[in-house]
Amino acid sequence: MISTKNITFSYSKDQLFHMPDLYCEAGSTLLITGDSGKGKTTYLHILAGLLKPKSGEIEIDKTDIVSLSEKATDKFRGKHIGVVFQKSHFISALTVLENLEMASWLATGKKHTKRAKKLLEQLGIENQASKLPSQLSIGQQQRVSIARALMNEPKVLLADEPTSSLDDKNAEKVIELLTSLSKEYKAALLIVTHDNRIKERFINKITLI
Amino acid sequence: MIAKLAWKNIWFKPLNTILSVVLLTSSVAIITTLVLVEKQFEEKFSSNIDGVDLVMGAQGSPLQLILSAVYQVDSPTGNISYDSAKVWMQHPFVKKAIPLAFGDNYRGYKILGTTSDYLEKYGAEISEGKLFEKNFEVVIGSDIAQKLSLKIGDEFFGSHGDAAEGEVHEHYGYKVVGIAKPTGKVVDNLILCTIPSVWQMHGSHGEEENPAHGEDGHVHVEGEEHHKAADMTLDEPGMEITAVLLKFRNKMGIVTWPRIIAQNTKMQVASPAIEVNRLFSLFGIGISALQYLAYVIMLISGISIFIALYNTLKERENEFALMRVNGAKRLQLLKVVMIESLLLCVVGFIFGTILGRVGLSMLSNSAEEDFKMSFNPYEFIWEKEGTLFLLTIFVGFIAALIPAIKAYNLNISKTLANA
Repeated sequence: MISTKNITFSYSKDQLFHMPDLYCEAGSTLLITGDSGKGKTTYLHILAGLLKPKSGEIEIDKTDIVSLSEKATDKFRGKHIGVVFQKSHFISALTVLENLEMASWLATGKKHTKRAKKLLEQLGIENQASKLPSQLSIGQQQRVSIARALMNEPKVLLADEPTSSLDDKNAEKVIELLTSLSKEYKAALLIVTHDNRIKERFINKITLI
Repeated sequence: MIAKLAWKNIWFKPLNTILSVVLLTSSVAIITTLVLVEKQFEEKFSSNIDGVDLVMGAQGSPLQLILSAVYQVDSPTGNISYDSAKVWMQHPFVKKAIPLAFGDNYRGYKILGTTSDYLEKYGAEISEGKLFEKNFEVVIGSDIAQKLSLKIGDEFFGSHGDAAEGEVHEHYGYKVVGIAKPTGKVVDNLILCTIPSVWQMHGSHGEEENPAHGEDGHVHVEGEEHHKAADMTLDEPGMEITAVLLKFRNKMGIVTWPRIIAQNTKMQVASPAIEVNRLFSLFGIGISALQYLAYVIMLISGISIFIALYNTLKERENEFALMRVNGAKRLQLLKVVMIESLLLCVVGFIFGTILGRVGLSMLSNSAEEDFKMSFNPYEFIWEKEGTLFLLTIFVGFIAALIPAIKAYNLNISKTLANA
């Protein structure tokens, strides 16, 4: 579960973003919407610990990540936060399976090959395991990103515009996988999006103004 | 895992990698070969002049005299009269005088008339058989025994002069009576016999077979006595030899003799130490020029690694940001870049060391054919090659420094937001 309180953030002195408080239970989904330039991605980066907010609290699994040092944040993020980006990035020299193993190794020091294979199976891409990420289609790549985000069984799964570069069919599939897997792995799922195709599917919504 | 990632990254861009490795390999190979050649060459040259203060021979180039009389690599300057040489050989300043008479060759290996002192000077003990006593008995060097598979009791005919294709002297056969121990010096590649053997070989056929018998460095009889039956001895009057190796009791002689002999006789004396130093300084220019070239190549390979890392850094920013999101520490990114560069350098160094030795053994084979001089490619000069290794690593470190620091300071949020 994840909750925030009074988060403010500024890139420069004359601009201050007030981020709305949010709360999301393990296994449930929260949608963060808003027009471009309203700070959706910034909010996601703050929640992931990639940016430090000016003030406020973010509590993930009883830990306030704002008060952690940079090193500790890196470690915490690796273990407890999974992130799916709009465009999928991979370590291009490593195969799909090795990418998953690397994600696990960086966070925990163990490869967890079994879990990686199981995730690929659940996402229906087990036969792509030994390919390079660049050899996969965009839809398949996005599924590998989801697998990677879930590799360390995170408490929070953050998805930044996960469907915007996908066609209707793939978007549908990705959202379905995200919701079902976050339920299965008991992760709080936060989706940042302006994609109208998925807005109607969720009840819990926060809109940045 | 980090090292594995670095390794995979290297081979993900094979062309960049091959360029860097090839440059490093060639640079390391050149330096390794030079270091080995220089050291072994100097060792070989210096070890052969131990115990020779001056060399006495016919007038001409002093360097040529030294090369022919001490190293057996050049043709001699000419002959000197043994009678007049004896005057100086018996001088009280002289501790030891070893006369040399160049004879024929057997399959390209020189047959040298001398005394037992010659073997002693090089520390070449007889390992099998005995020393030559009678004329046409020979002691052969260890390399020859091995290469031509000659044994005690074998007989062979020499060919005239120093060309293996020369006319064969069939009047007298040489008989192997002894084989010398390996010394690593010129004596390993020589066939040694008594001086009168050389005189007799040529005295016996001089006029009837080879009337135009006057080339330099070829000992033959000037006198009229041609006893085909009786063996000649060292006391034969009016004979010629090629050179004398001199060791002095009184060091004054080393300084004064070159002038005295040049003024009073038709002979010259030359100092091997001085001539060899002159030779080294001539070689030295070439060797340092090649060395500078090799260092320039190493610099270029450093730049090539730097450019390769720097260029891919832009593409890899997302990759690095992603690794950070997955929990990688800043230091781990720095390590990936560093290890990549160092891996390239280590691979280049290993290939270079091997290639340098392959080159040296090829060089050794051709030097063996032409000069009977071989190099040992399996020798490791830890001090110099260790320094070279550290230098290579240092180049890799410097090349990776800026890209690694950039990776370390990467702003993840910005990188991901702009992607």
